[in-house]
Amino acid sequence: MSVTELGMPRMGFFTDTSVCIGCKACEVACKEWNAIPSGPLELTGESFDNTSQLGANSWRHVAFVEQRVPADRVAADGTAQWAGDGVADPGADGGFDGVRWLMASDVCKHCTRAACLDVCPTGALFRTEFDTVVVQQDVCNGCGYCVSACPYGVLGQREGDGRVFKCTMCYDRIGQGQEPACAKACPTKSIQFGELDQLRERAAERVAELHDRGVADARLYGADPDDGVGGNGAFFLLLDEPETYGLPPDPVVTTRDLPQMWRDAALAAGTLLAGLAAAFLGRRSS
Amino acid sequence: MTDVRTGRRRAGDRGMPQFTSYYGRPILKAPTWKALDIAGYLFTGGLAGASSILAAGARLTGRPRMARASTLGALGAIGVSVVALVHDLGRPDRFYNMLRVAKPTSPMNVGSWLLAGYGPLAGAAAASEVTGIAPRLGRAAGGGAAVLGAAVASYTSVLIADTAVPAWHEARRAMPLVFAGSAAASAAGLALICAPRAEAGPACRAAIGGAALELAAGTVMERSGGVVAETYHTGRAGALLTAAKALTAAGALGALASTRNRLLGALSGAALLAGSALTRFGIFEAGRASTQDPKYTVLPQRERLAAAAASAQRTDHPGPVPA
Amino acid sequence: MRQFLGWPVLRQVAGPDRRGLGSAAMSRTTRELMPRTVTADSVVKSICPYCAVGCAQNVYVKDGAVVQIEGDPDSPISRGRLCPKGSASLQLTTGDSREHRVLYRRPHGTEWEPLDLDTAMDMVAERVIATRRATWEWESDGKRTRRTMGIASLGGATLDNEENYLIKKLFTALGVVQVENQARVCHSSTVAALGTSFGRGGSTTYLQDLQRADCIIIEGSNFAEAHPVGFQWVMEAKAKGATIIHVDPRFSRTSALADIYVPIRAGTDIAWLGGLINYVLSTEKYFREYVVNYTNAATIVGEKFADTEDLDGLFSGLDRGTRSYDPHSWQYEGGEVAAASGERDQQYQDLAGDGGSGSDAGGSESHGSGGATVRGSWRRDESLTDPRCVFQILKRHYSRYTPEMVERICGVPQAVFHRVAAAITENSGRERTTAFAYAVGWTQHTVGVQYIRAASILQLLLGNIGRPGGGIMALRGHASIQGSSDIPTLFNLLPGYIPMPHAHQHEDLDSFVAADAAERGYWANMRSYLISLLKAYWGGAATAENDFCFDYLPRLTGSHSTYETVQAQLDGTCKGYFLLGENPAVGSANTSLQRRGMANLDWLVVRDFSLIESATWWKDGPEIATGEMRTEDIGTEVFFFPAAAHTEKSGSFTNTNRLLQWHFAAVEPQGDARSDMWFMLHLGRRIREKLAGSTDPADRPVLDLTWNYPTEGALDEPVAESVLAEINGWDSSGEYLSSYEQLKDDGSTSCGCWIYCGCYADGINQPARRKSHVLQSISSREWGWAWPANRRELYNRASADPQGKPWSQAKALVWWDEAQGRWVGDDVPDFPPTRRPDYRPDDEASGVEALSGIDPFIMQADGKGWLYAPSGLTDGPMPTHYEPQDSPMRNLLYSQQRNPVRQVFSRPHNRYHPDPTEPGTAVYPYVITTYRLTEHFTAGAMSRWQPYLSELQPEFFCEVSPQLAAARGLQHRNWATIVTARGAVEARVMVTSRMTPLTVDGRTIHQIGLPYHWGPNGLSTGDSMNELSAVVLDPNVHIQEVKALTADIRPGRRPRGADLPPFLEEYRRRAGITERTGMEGATT
Repeated sequence: MSVTELGMPRMGFFTDTSVCIGCKACEVACKEWNAIPSGPLELTGESFDNTSQLGANSWRHVAFVEQRVPADRVAADGTAQWAGDGVADPGADGGFDGVRWLMASDVCKHCTRAACLDVCPTGALFRTEFDTVVVQQDVCNGCGYCVSACPYGVLGQREGDGRVFKCTMCYDRIGQGQEPACAKACPTKSIQFGELDQLRERAAERVAELHDRGVADARLYGADPDDGVGGNGAFFLLLDEPETYGLPPDPVVTTRDLPQMWRDAALAAGTLLAGLAAAFLGRRSS
Repeated sequence: MTDVRTGRRRAGDRGMPQFTSYYGRPILKAPTWKALDIAGYLFTGGLAGASSILAAGARLTGRPRMARASTLGALGAIGVSVVALVHDLGRPDRFYNMLRVAKPTSPMNVGSWLLAGYGPLAGAAAASEVTGIAPRLGRAAGGGAAVLGAAVASYTSVLIADTAVPAWHEARRAMPLVFAGSAAASAAGLALICAPRAEAGPACRAAIGGAALELAAGTVMERSGGVVAETYHTGRAGALLTAAKALTAAGALGALASTRNRLLGALSGAALLAGSALTRFGIFEAGRASTQDPKYTVLPQRERLAAAAASAQRTDHPGPVPA
Repeated sequence: MRQFLGWPVLRQVAGPDRRGLGSAAMSRTTRELMPRTVTADSVVKSICPYCAVGCAQNVYVKDGAVVQIEGDPDSPISRGRLCPKGSASLQLTTGDSREHRVLYRRPHGTEWEPLDLDTAMDMVAERVIATRRATWEWESDGKRTRRTMGIASLGGATLDNEENYLIKKLFTALGVVQVENQARVCHSSTVAALGTSFGRGGSTTYLQDLQRADCIIIEGSNFAEAHPVGFQWVMEAKAKGATIIHVDPRFSRTSALADIYVPIRAGTDIAWLGGLINYVLSTEKYFREYVVNYTNAATIVGEKFADTEDLDGLFSGLDRGTRSYDPHSWQYEGGEVAAASGERDQQYQDLAGDGGSGSDAGGSESHGSGGATVRGSWRRDESLTDPRCVFQILKRHYSRYTPEMVERICGVPQAVFHRVAAAITENSGRERTTAFAYAVGWTQHTVGVQYIRAASILQLLLGNIGRPGGGIMALRGHASIQGSSDIPTLFNLLPGYIPMPHAHQHEDLDSFVAADAAERGYWANMRSYLISLLKAYWGGAATAENDFCFDYLPRLTGSHSTYETVQAQLDGTCKGYFLLGENPAVGSANTSLQRRGMANLDWLVVRDFSLIESATWWKDGPEIATGEMRTEDIGTEVFFFPAAAHTEKSGSFTNTNRLLQWHFAAVEPQGDARSDMWFMLHLGRRIREKLAGSTDPADRPVLDLTWNYPTEGALDEPVAESVLAEINGWDSSGEYLSSYEQLKDDGSTSCGCWIYCGCYADGINQPARRKSHVLQSISSREWGWAWPANRRELYNRASADPQGKPWSQAKALVWWDEAQGRWVGDDVPDFPPTRRPDYRPDDEASGVEALSGIDPFIMQADGKGWLYAPSGLTDGPMPTHYEPQDSPMRNLLYSQQRNPVRQVFSRPHNRYHPDPTEPGTAVYPYVITTYRLTEHFTAGAMSRWQPYLSELQPEFFCEVSPQLAAARGLQHRNWATIVTARGAVEARVMVTSRMTPLTVDGRTIHQIGLPYHWGPNGLSTGDSMNELSAVVLDPNVHIQEVKALTADIRPGRRPRGADLPPFLEEYRRRAGITERTGMEGATT
């Protein structure tokens, strides 16, 4: 099994969106535990999502995607339902007669190779004994580098505070053998917390089960150790393309290219030095 | 309507594939950095680094007034850049945490150590220059500043390329040369303004060389990254970079002719400085723009996956399943 | 120096973490991090105060303050999980949205004034005494009533059982009969429907049992959104392969998780369920052995009965004059009339030959624990072929509810109907069970009771009652709304569903009992239950000589439900009003009527967390905005008392499983905040002190009342356990009783609520039991205490066949163990424990002895589940489809359009919409249905003030289909105005394909979804949906119809200020609405 530098089992989240009921208990439980400021009171009109994105003040975010699917899908697919004949206006209905309402609770991915952690200049970000990635609020100086480094757009800078915040996987709680607040609250256990290896096994079984039931769209996201970030500590079972939920289809940790970037930079520095030196050669104009 | 609101949309009208997004919302966060601070930092860092090199060269080749100008210019520029860097922090009072750890994986941390080394040297060189005290040490410091200056002028390209910002990361190969050229041009520009005609020869050559490199590498940079490249040609970034190229080119040509005309030299220098600055602001703006439309995140990644899948099929070996 | 050594760079060099990505980068703060769940001084066991799922909470206390609230993993119901509301209860209880000071508004005052708690209590006590004196009524039309109609109270479902007990006890002693709570407007239909069908008015099953279902139909409920944590058991069933079906007018978060979603036109569920009943009967898919033995299918009905088939939508016995049914003709053959609850008075009077009607007294609810009464001996034809047997009558009654008719009425295509019909029949029988789950989507109709009756009939025919994974799950929406029905703060009930007596000349205890008690079953012991209650109320003063103070009970003279109370306020007869944790200015039908009623009061007492709409209408209500009222003109004196939260008081909630769960006080309330138990106790003390020495016989019940409860703490909060002990009861030697079977009718036992008898057995607080579910079976009988007798699955005798053997091993629950000579299994047998399956009573047997070994419904007079209700309901023995009061469709089944005996109130501001046959009907062409969102709670008092909840659903919106949006030019996210004859509201437009136009009888019907949580106060504000609804009620229980009405919708915001009334008037004019519109009873 994958163990951390300190020999602890790696802990993670498996978010099975196929059983999410979009209740947002995860969002509230997270805010209560971590005393996160509440957000603005504005109706986005984006289905039932008024949180919109992960950020400094939203460490869990439940996405709501309303889709219309063809009739044949309804019978085959346990995730879509017949939704009336809509004969009133076939035009507006575009020949669709099935409805699918996807809900998914997004969170920091706690990457195996975490760009935010790599680029943090102060060591405010660090990798815990559980192989999770945490921002130390007593250290962060708000340089914002991690914000631009994250390929998922997870981290955000808190207005009026200046520091950067994100999910800690409740580092304080799991250190005492307690579940993270979101996973504990989740009414349908769409959010599962545990040892990453076991979660990955469970997830693989779940996908197979869903495929057997005809849910052809079911797929895992972030579970592959060979992907661009070395796999996620928090991975997902999705029912559609990642980008449908606002997730990047093939994220890569930017620091993967860092050695080469350093080489290129060194070359450039050399060029600069040599070039400018050369400018002093040659005939003295007078 | 549902479809509209679930963000199913065309990615531009140039025959690009359809892709879904989450209500058209960006996947990435825009850089928290303020343009004036960070683009300014990139510019002044380059100016300072390259000026230290010119200063050393001038000193070695007996061009005291050029040396004086570049030495003081370097200190001034690096001073401004450090202020800009600290000013951009969410918690400026904690700037010192930049030296809390030593992380080669963090260009900003590496840069901080670099500045910690370069700054004092540039300062010492300038101090000795002004006071005349300990000229030997001053020259040694200037030499050191020249060497570190080359790094200071180039590392900033890694600073921004080492992010998930599509326009910056995709341009990572060419960007260091753009920065090097731009730094040379700006430093030379400063020298052209301050140095007498008699000492301005190297500055002219540096200006022409730097400008040429900046323009050439810039062209390569602006072509990298497929769909992302459009962020360098459109909108605010496009305008800034067009202006930058014009100024840089004009400055270079002016420098050619400036050996005969002091005023023209000064104007060329100003143009080169402005061109260099606008280049950094343009690049900064292109990066910001590339985070604000999900297509710049999704499409390149989709293409990559498609390619991977294709090659996997060719080798008849199942590659990683598209997430 | 130490700082320097702490320099991470040195740790990088020295330690294993060279790259500074891990341990080397840790700060001291990080290394010393400790969760407050660990550093807390104490962990207090509690229960979530929001919905009735009853999730267990752990309350963490540090330095005398609550620092964290989260789920208790030991709970068998919630397993440690909490929904967003439960998760926000830290903010609810410790947030800054709570008021902590008493506020006072003097008559005609324009602002709140401060007032100290002591003075406020004294003033309220004086108001009560004065108003009581001024409005005291010894008699009404020559009938002894011994009451005041000048005072009313509303609220209790959000409070503890102990608080409800004190409220009912004190007000009853004061002669106040208008005592009501949310149960009236939420689930009163449930009590009457399940009570008459099975004998008890509570959910027949419990949430955890749903995991054993092979099929679950969720209808009339937004299960996943309104009860998220309870929904985990539906998901468990789904994971095991069960088929989940959701039938609802709108595609909700519940539909999203279902296997089959069935859109239906709001207000047509009886047609839909009738179709399924017809399918089951006509295709012979019913569970014959179960039906023959356990239901009244075989019983022969008297020949005087005439069905809707014969009378075109009416049953025999309709009195068009009084708009009421005389149920004599519905009786079994040979079954003599024994008045059943509400109707019992009418029949009593019929017999006594003095007219008058008590039929609107909500008596049907008194079947909450004791079915309607039938007496005599009746014939059964177990071949089910006799044309007058219930089975044949049922068959004829539903024969016209064909799939084609279902499609024409409900808009459900026949293909979908057949999918569902196949699913429920294939998943019922010996080996499999299907469960139904419903909520207020069924109860809140003018035929609400009959909706649930229809499901009861279906489940009985399929043999799903009393069996694991079967049953009917009534989903309650308030923490203790079940408890506030069991220990009722309801006008028509005494604790344990004993009916309140009606005014009759010279009625005494004997005649009351004679009129009510049954001959057979446990209801035969009603005398013991009642006398034990009177002993609990009046202790030593209650003696055999004085009829145990039966005379002290105030009498009813018809319906005094909260809606009649509003009429009484408007008419000026009701002058004082207590609001105890309820917000009628948002949550009740026709909120304008509610506010106008309150504006006509002498005084109003509001107890809540924050300044809810019902507390501030006099300064900022909609009528002030329109200029219809002026603050200066309003004479109502208003007292606002801040209430204590669940973390600040001990007490028990009764959840939707009929399960009593105890929550302990974690901290004392701050400022003037007090528990409602404190309020009632000290109000009672002050009133008794002021009345001390009074010789007025009207004051005797107050002065004789047992009211000496111990108090504790600096605030003199009552000891809640002492009230629980009184509810449980004791014998003459002071020993706590352990079962209602011990109750005596000689005054030697005292019991405050007979169905709760045993909750304090052995002096142990049974509801406080918290043995983890991991150490128990599914029924987890050592967690809390369920009524009756800690049974979790009711009627579980029916889980075994007539011989007492399980129907199948897969569905074994309770069975007869010959060796032990008793019933055994994983639940408390809901049957005389040692009664043999083959026991048959002789004809002389009475009471419990008269229950045969195959009578699983022991509270029923005939021991059977009622497919047909010969008595007990006021609007018919079998459910019949009638259109809602406001409907765009004519009734396709009969020429009788609406429930002929529904309650209508024709008065200004409560006008109804025209019939579909009238031209004006086109003015309000669209169907509205209402619902809850996960993120909010009922009328908003516990969610619209919480930042964490408000931000999740910040604004009132309406859901419309793309087709309707196109037709009416509605823009997504822009404003729309929704208009009825009563009012107009503005809401943000949500255009969504989840709303679907239905094709109904060839017409396209558009439906609009409106969540009802909003009001003008709080953080998240908006118009109240109930500005649109009308007061029109189910005749059995007086519940309002707010799940199906009609309206117009148009783009843009509504007219403001003085422009609003003319706007509404113009609509009414165009529709040709008069005081007679929609008032017709039986169409002749």
